[in-house]
Amino acid sequence: MNVACRIVDLQEEYIKLFNDQLPLIQSGSPEKMNSLREEAIKIFEEKGIPSNKVEAYKYTNLQPYFKGSLNLAFTNEAAHTDVTQHFHCEVPQLNTYNVFLVNGWFSAKDSDTNLPDGVVVCSMREAAEKAPEAFEKHYGEIAPTKEDSLVAMNTAFAQDGAFIYVPKGVVLEKPIQVVNIMTGDEDRLAFQRNLIIVEENAQLKMMLCDHTMSAQRFVVNTVTEVFANQNSVFDVYNVQNQHNLTTQVQGLYVHQKKHSNILTNNLTLHSGIARNNVGVIMDDEQCESHVYGLYLTDKNQHVDNFTSINHDKPNCQSFELFKGVMDDSSTAAFTGKVFVAKDAQKTNAYQSNNNLLLTQNAKINSKPQLEIYADDVKCSHGATVGQLDDEAMFYLRARGINQDESRVLLMFAFAYEVIEKIRVEPLKEQIRGLVEKRFRGEFDKCDSCVVCGQPGSNASCL
Amino acid sequence: MAEDQNKILDEVTGGEYKYGFYTDIDMDTIPKGLNEEVVRMISAIKKEPEFMLEFRLKAFRHWQTMTAPNWAHLNIPEIDFQDIIYYAAPKKKPELESMDEVDPELRATFDKLGIPLDEQKILSGVAVDAVIDSVSVKTTFKETLAEKGIIFCSISEAIQEFPDLIKKYLGSVVPHGDNFFAALNSAVFTDGSFVYIPKGVRCPMELSTYFRINAMNTGQFERTLIVADDDSYVSYLEGCTAPQRDENQLHAAIVEIVTHDRAEVKYSTVQNWYPGDKEGKGGIYNFVTKRAICKGDYSKVSWTQVETGSAITWKYPSCILQGHHSVGEFYSVAVTNNYQQADTGTKMIHLGKNTRSLIVSKGVSAGKSQNSYRGLVKVSKRAENARNFSQCDSLLLGDKCGAHTFPYLEIANNTAKVEHEATTSKIGEDQIFYCNQRGLSTEDAVGLIVNGYVKEVINQLPMEFAVEAQKLLQISLEGSVG
Repeated sequence: MNVACRIVDLQEEYIKLFNDQLPLIQSGSPEKMNSLREEAIKIFEEKGIPSNKVEAYKYTNLQPYFKGSLNLAFTNEAAHTDVTQHFHCEVPQLNTYNVFLVNGWFSAKDSDTNLPDGVVVCSMREAAEKAPEAFEKHYGEIAPTKEDSLVAMNTAFAQDGAFIYVPKGVVLEKPIQVVNIMTGDEDRLAFQRNLIIVEENAQLKMMLCDHTMSAQRFVVNTVTEVFANQNSVFDVYNVQNQHNLTTQVQGLYVHQKKHSNILTNNLTLHSGIARNNVGVIMDDEQCESHVYGLYLTDKNQHVDNFTSINHDKPNCQSFELFKGVMDDSSTAAFTGKVFVAKDAQKTNAYQSNNNLLLTQNAKINSKPQLEIYADDVKCSHGATVGQLDDEAMFYLRARGINQDESRVLLMFAFAYEVIEKIRVEPLKEQIRGLVEKRFRGEFDKCDSCVVCGQPGSNASCL
Repeated sequence: MAEDQNKILDEVTGGEYKYGFYTDIDMDTIPKGLNEEVVRMISAIKKEPEFMLEFRLKAFRHWQTMTAPNWAHLNIPEIDFQDIIYYAAPKKKPELESMDEVDPELRATFDKLGIPLDEQKILSGVAVDAVIDSVSVKTTFKETLAEKGIIFCSISEAIQEFPDLIKKYLGSVVPHGDNFFAALNSAVFTDGSFVYIPKGVRCPMELSTYFRINAMNTGQFERTLIVADDDSYVSYLEGCTAPQRDENQLHAAIVEIVTHDRAEVKYSTVQNWYPGDKEGKGGIYNFVTKRAICKGDYSKVSWTQVETGSAITWKYPSCILQGHHSVGEFYSVAVTNNYQQADTGTKMIHLGKNTRSLIVSKGVSAGKSQNSYRGLVKVSKRAENARNFSQCDSLLLGDKCGAHTFPYLEIANNTAKVEHEATTSKIGEDQIFYCNQRGLSTEDAVGLIVNGYVKEVINQLPMEFAVEAQKLLQISLEGSVG
C-alpha cells in the first residue's frame, strides 16, 4: 500500500506516520524486526533528523532533504514489476548472482541452483523462516541505533531488504550483486535493511549497487549489517550511480571475528546527496580491515563519507584510504575516526584522505581523527587538499603530451590508487575504464548505470 | 626491562610540584559569587571609565545566556561559578612609588619563582609585568621602553591612560560573546598586560608576564592585549604557576593580538599551573581563549606553547590571517601526566591571499592522562594560494593514557595546498636498545628521545625560556616509558 505524506516538521510527522501505519509496518515482518521498532522510534523522536548542529553531521544538513511531499510503500505489491527484467549486468567476464530490489523491497533473484549448498539469499521477510537462528542472533546487533538517529529511523521503519547467509567453509566464487532500483512516478522515501552473515572460513564478495530509473526525487535510507566470522573473507563494493535528485543515506556496519579479513569500497561516481557511514568493529584479535572510497563529484553534488574503525582487541590492522575529485560547485566531506581501545596493543592503523579541488567553487571538509587509549600502537593519519602537481604537469608537457591529456593522466593516476584495491578483477577493469572515461568527459554519466550499462532517465542531468 | 621502566616512570612521575608554596600576603578580596553587582564592583574598584563598565555588563548579560562548552574531549566536573572570588589583590599600600615599597613577601615570592622583579638584579634584560591573583603588581623596565614609544603596562593602567587604544582594540579579536569562558572573562577580568609597539619599532627586549594564582578560592581572569603597529616586532613571554591546593581553581584568560602591515609578534607560553596531585585532586582549570589577527599585509604571528601544568587545559591559540601574505605559526608541546587532561590545538583561518600557516604539535601523555590535539584549518573562498602544513605527533608513555587527534580541514578554494599528518606511537624498544648499547641508562635514553621529539618546538622559544621549558619537561617526564 502506498502512502503519500507531506513532511514539514520532520520528526513529528514521521512519528505520526509510524504510529498510524504500525499495523502495516509490522504485518509480514519477522518478529525480531518488530521487537526493535518501539525503542528505535523513541530514539528517533528524541534525536530527529540530524541538522548540521549535530557534530557527526556537521558538514551535511539532511533536514531539508527529508522534507516535502514523499510517498512511502508499506507493502511490497509495487515491487513485482518487470523493471528488473530489463536488467542484465554487462560487466565483461563478470558473472554474478543477481538480486534485485525495487524501492527497497525485495523483488527478484537468480535461481538458487546457481548457489552452493547451504547459502541462503532471500528477502529479510523470509529470512526468519529460512535461517531463523542466524537471523535472530544477528539482526540489529551492530547497527548503532542508539547513536545515529537515521539508523534508528531505519530500524523503526524498514520492512525489507536482502539477506545473505554463507555457511561454514563455503567459498562463493561468484560475487553476489544486490541492485536497488528506485523507480516510480512520484517522489519517494524508501528504507532498505540488509543483513549479511559470513560464517567461519567462508568467503563472500558482493556488490551493492544503487540505481535510479525515473526522474523523481528519491530519498533512500539503507542500513546493512555484516558479520564476518572467524577466518572469513568479505568484500563489498558499493557503486553509487544515482541522479542529482537522490538523497542517499547509507550505513554499512561490519563486525569482525578472529582472523577475518574485510574490504569495503564506496565508489561514488554520481549522486545527489550521498552520506555513507562505514563502521567497522574488530572484536577479536588478528583482524584485518580495508576501508576504501573514491568520490568523483560535479554540479551541485555532495558526498559525505563518515567512517569509524574500532580496534577493540589487540593485534589488528586497518587500512583506510579515501580519495576525492571535486568539480563544479560540488562539495565533499570526509570524517575518519580510528578508535583504539584500552588494551588493543600492537594495533596498526593507517588512514589517509586526499582531495583534488578542480574549480573555485568546489569545497572539501576533512576530519581525520585518532582516539587512542593503548600505548604500543602504530597509528597515523594524513589528509591533503591540493591541485595537480605543477612539476608532474610540466614533465608530461615537456614530453609532448597536451594539457588536457596530461590532466586526465594525472587525475586518473590519482584515482587509480583506490581502484587498484578492488579485489574482483573484472569489476576493477570496468571501474577503471569508467573513471578514465569520466575524466575525459566522454562518459555520459547521466544515462547509464555504471556497472550494468543500463539506460537510465534523462532527467539525471537536472 | 619493562619493570625497570615502570619503576623509573613511578620515580619520575612522583616528582613534586616545586612551585606549590603559598605566600601569606594581606589580600583585598570581594565576597564570593557572581552577579551584576560584582561586575559593577570590579569596575568601580578599578575606577574604570563608563565604556568599560558597559563592555563588562554586555559580556555578563551575554554570558548568562550561554552554557559551558562540552564538545572537547575532556571530563570537566561542573563548576560552581558562584563559589569563586572574582577579585583578589595584594593589599595596596598607598603611594607605591619605588621598587623598595613592594611588599617584601611578594618580592620573595617572585624571587622563589626566579623572576627578576628587581630591576637592579636583572641581567637577562627581560621586561616583566607580574600579575598576582588578579592584579598586576609590578612592571619593570617601563622607562627604557617608553623612550622607544613602547607601551608596556598593566591593562588597568592602560584603561586609565590610553582609553582610545583600549576602546579601539579591546574585544576586536575576541568579541565579548565569543565563547562561554571568553564572555565570563570579558565581564570580570581584573588585570593583565597591555603592549603597544609603535610604527617601525623593534622591541629591544623580550617582554614578559608572570601569572601567579595565590589566594584560595579565587579565579584568575586576566586579559592581555598586544598591538603591533606597522613594521614593528615584539617577542612576548608568558609564564604561570600556582600554589598546591586540594580544590580546583579556575583560570580563564584572554589574549588578543593585533598585527598591522609587516608587523611580527612572537608569543611564547610556558604554562606550569599546579596540575593536581597524583590522585588527580586539585589543580587549575586552564580555560583560555587566545587569538591573533594578522590585519596587515605581510604580518606574522607565531604562537609557541609548552603546556606542562593544569588539571584541565582547554586552549586553542588561533590566527586569523586577514592580510595578504600574512603568516601564522603554531608550535606546541603538551605534556600530561597522572590525571591531567588537555584538549589543545589551534585554528588557522585563511582569509587573505597568499597566506601561509604552519602547525607543529607534539603531545606527550603519561600516567592516566588524556591528551588531545584539536585544530581547524579553514581556507575561505577568496584566500587564493593559501598554504598550510600541519604535523601532529603523539607519544604515549604508559598503557593507561590516551592520545587523540581531531583535526578539521575546511577548504573552499582550489588553489589551496593543505597537508595534515599525524602519528601516534610509543618510544620504540629498538631506540632504547640503541642508546643502552651505547652506554646510556634507560632513563637518560628516554630523556634524550623525548627531548629530541620536542626539539622542533623548544627551538622556537627564546633562550631563557627554552632552558626553563627543558627543565620542566625533565621534571615531568624524564626517564618515563611504559
